[in-house]
Amino acid sequence: MLYREAGQFKSSYADDQRIFPLRQDRHAFWALLAAAYVGVPLLANDYWLQAILTPVLIFSLAALGLNILTGYAGQLSLGSAAFMAVGAFAAYNFMLRLPWMPFPLAFVLGGVTAALAGLLFGLPSFRIKGYYLAVATLAAQFFIIWVLTKFPWFSNYSSSGVITAQVLSLAGYKFLTPVSKYLLVLICVSLFALAAKNMTRCAIGRAWMAVRDMDVAASVVGIRLMPVKLLAFAVSSFYCGLAGVLYAYCYIGTVEPEAFSLDLSFRILFMVIVGGMGSILGSFLGAAFIVLLPIGLDHILSALPGAWLPAGFGSNLQLMLFGGLIIFFLIVEPQGLARLWQIAKEKLRLWPFPH
Amino acid sequence: MSELQFFAEVLTGGLLSGLLYALVALGFVLIYKASGVFNFAQGAMVFFAALTYVGCLEKLPRWTGLAADSVLLVWLALLLALAAMLLLALAIERLVLRPLVNQPPQTLFMATIGLAYFIEGLAQGVWGANVRGLELGIQDVPMDWVLDHTGMIVSRFDLFAAGVAATLVTGLALFFRHSRVGRALRAVADDHQAALSVGIPLATIWRIVWAIAGFVALVSGLIWGARNGVQFALTYTALKALPVLILGGFESVPGAIVGGLIVGASEKLAEVYIGPWVGGGVESWFPYMLALLFLLIRPEGLFGEKHMDRV
Amino acid sequence: MAARAIGPVMLELRNIALSFGGVQALRGISFDVRQHEIRAIIGPNGAGKSSLLNVINGVYVPQQGEIVFQGRVRRRMDRHEAARQGMARTFQNIALFKGMSVLDNIMTGRLLKMRCNFLQQALYWGAAQREEIAHRARAEEIIEFLEIEHLRKTPVGRLPYGLQKRVELGRALAAEPCLLLLDEPMAGMNVEEKQDMCRYILDVNQELGTTVVLIEHDMGVVMDLSDRVLVLDYGRKIGDGRPAEVRADPLVVAAYLGNPSMPEGHA
Repeated sequence: MLYREAGQFKSSYADDQRIFPLRQDRHAFWALLAAAYVGVPLLANDYWLQAILTPVLIFSLAALGLNILTGYAGQLSLGSAAFMAVGAFAAYNFMLRLPWMPFPLAFVLGGVTAALAGLLFGLPSFRIKGYYLAVATLAAQFFIIWVLTKFPWFSNYSSSGVITAQVLSLAGYKFLTPVSKYLLVLICVSLFALAAKNMTRCAIGRAWMAVRDMDVAASVVGIRLMPVKLLAFAVSSFYCGLAGVLYAYCYIGTVEPEAFSLDLSFRILFMVIVGGMGSILGSFLGAAFIVLLPIGLDHILSALPGAWLPAGFGSNLQLMLFGGLIIFFLIVEPQGLARLWQIAKEKLRLWPFPH
Repeated sequence: MSELQFFAEVLTGGLLSGLLYALVALGFVLIYKASGVFNFAQGAMVFFAALTYVGCLEKLPRWTGLAADSVLLVWLALLLALAAMLLLALAIERLVLRPLVNQPPQTLFMATIGLAYFIEGLAQGVWGANVRGLELGIQDVPMDWVLDHTGMIVSRFDLFAAGVAATLVTGLALFFRHSRVGRALRAVADDHQAALSVGIPLATIWRIVWAIAGFVALVSGLIWGARNGVQFALTYTALKALPVLILGGFESVPGAIVGGLIVGASEKLAEVYIGPWVGGGVESWFPYMLALLFLLIRPEGLFGEKHMDRV
Repeated sequence: MAARAIGPVMLELRNIALSFGGVQALRGISFDVRQHEIRAIIGPNGAGKSSLLNVINGVYVPQQGEIVFQGRVRRRMDRHEAARQGMARTFQNIALFKGMSVLDNIMTGRLLKMRCNFLQQALYWGAAQREEIAHRARAEEIIEFLEIEHLRKTPVGRLPYGLQKRVELGRALAAEPCLLLLDEPMAGMNVEEKQDMCRYILDVNQELGTTVVLIEHDMGVVMDLSDRVLVLDYGRKIGDGRPAEVRADPLVVAAYLGNPSMPEGHA
């Protein structure tokens, strides 16, 4: 009986346009934030921070980026990981070559560089759509990784293009512990998730969705398709780029271009599909699901009396599970986990009545 | 060797390997025409087919007690691989295509990405992930006759592969032109609803076409596998069929062939002539960039029809 | 008709020709639209009515002819420019944004009037928030006018056909157009829905002074609503004038109205 909206009257459009119009939702959200900012740093151990929470948050950011492009603006991309790579390598070079630069600025510039790359590879969307565009984004994937591997300048002439993230320090404080890195990621992700939510509920979000749903009608309403699509590419790549920066600086530490492979791009796409196309919440749910699935699988398999399991069984099972789940979600719930969550909430609102 | 001779040699090598791209692309085109699905899993199917063949060849002596060098073994392995592809086609139609009928093309496309993951996991899960050699009995050596007469190095294997590709393409073209299935397929490609309404069994056509695509994948897998070894990287090679399709258009068999030739030749030429300037590895991205540039100029492909959005 | 002064010519098409491949959709059509009037376009299926509408706001590019709108002569109209100059329209096959709610669809109609850039929107602070709320208020006026308040948060893909047509009209009205192009706004509706739609169109025309160009098959509706009627057949203009004149024109009667296969009232 706790989840009721009785007695909550919206007396202005501002009230109705809040992110969480229901009071219970608002309270739950603040509680979640408090848990993430206070509870987790106090309670979680290093394994949880480093191996689970930080990557989930980072990939949520990447999934948000792809979701803006694919879920909201309807432009399919298979090159998200390449834009992560651009972000990571750009931030590395800004900090390396301009040592005076405070790292938040380098992070943002990393994202901006990725956005510019995204803009460039988004140009073909003027002429093509659908899977033609998807193939075009493969060009970004292969070309960018090749450039970062073949031109040693980008990795400061290290062997095989590996970069080692510099120590982050701000006003004398060094981000060395898992907790500090986790909090840094959390701050970035919450800020940009809020920005994404704001964009998608405002005019630009509606323009993106209009282009996605019916481009002819969108142009008749007065939307200029090209700038709107390009903005989606730029914003999306910025998010992916920033995720790449965080991946290098707060998660892996030492990273080579090949880490941002086509496989990673696909996994980000899977996060969006499983989580829910066109949903901010879905980006988080999908990222958590896709990051946690292999970890959970490993735990289960290692718990089995598994001497009889062939080598590489886990990773192949993982591939099959990913593939199977994608097909399953596309068939059964194309709007993903976010939609399931919404259905559950509606059920709860009406409980104990069936309708 | 003169500059021109060298150029011709590179070009010939590129054209011959281009026919192999065309072969993979052919599988895409068949499926696209019949079911409107852009089948991203074609590369995975190539990998699966080759791995199944090699795997059967390894395991069969133990299962059947035949001598490891028996000719019968090869045929048995081929038959089993073919049967596996057939089963796969039936399963895909039943479990993926049918539930997703009438969904937007983008959804189907993403489903085939999932399918690719599933097939790759399945193939390696069943047969193991180690790289294997595949022996077709044709040596990858220069042809003496060509070398003597023109001074160019043309691989015997490349020529053989090109011959197989050409035979397969011609055979399929004839099959689709003259058989009942072929006519039905063309009707389906033209208009699903209309084809259904004159009594063409859509599901059957899909199964047949996916099975044929499986057969094409097997042939491509054998040839690619014999050249580069049967390994996961095969799926990346097969991905190059995508730029081939963009160049040739998704619905055109001749387009797939010409596109394959262009991609094969241009990437070899780029590797040889641009590669040294930029540190090599140009082949990994060149076809995609070529396709990208091409799209900007002619989005409908070489053989595709220009069409206008009607509202 | 209520007192509502018909103004000067605001839109004129001169000798427009359009073809798709070998098919001639429009052959040398000329016609004009005056300010504040309701201008109907009728004709059998395939006569070129929708094509003509599509030429007016730049969805199709004619091979020949000129379009004069608000005093400017153009070889072709640009869709974006058309919207900016105050044209809004609906489509024969409903071109709503299926994944968006009714409210968002209508808000999309106001996009051209919104000024904040995407950075301001990302912050949703100050100007951007005020703008959203102000436009929401205008969108709500339209929702109220069209009597779809209870559906504002429903995704339009889940609405029945008649309501979708209404939402599409809402999206067009949200742009506060001076010229409204309606492509069969009443097709597939029952009598009550048609009456509602007629009322909305008349209200908009009389109270806001919006000029309306309308394609419609229901002759009863056309005769009641419109000030002047253009008749097309096989891409040619075969009649143009007041409803009564057109109805009496033997050429029109022969080509269209008198067709015995089309019963009276739904010709």
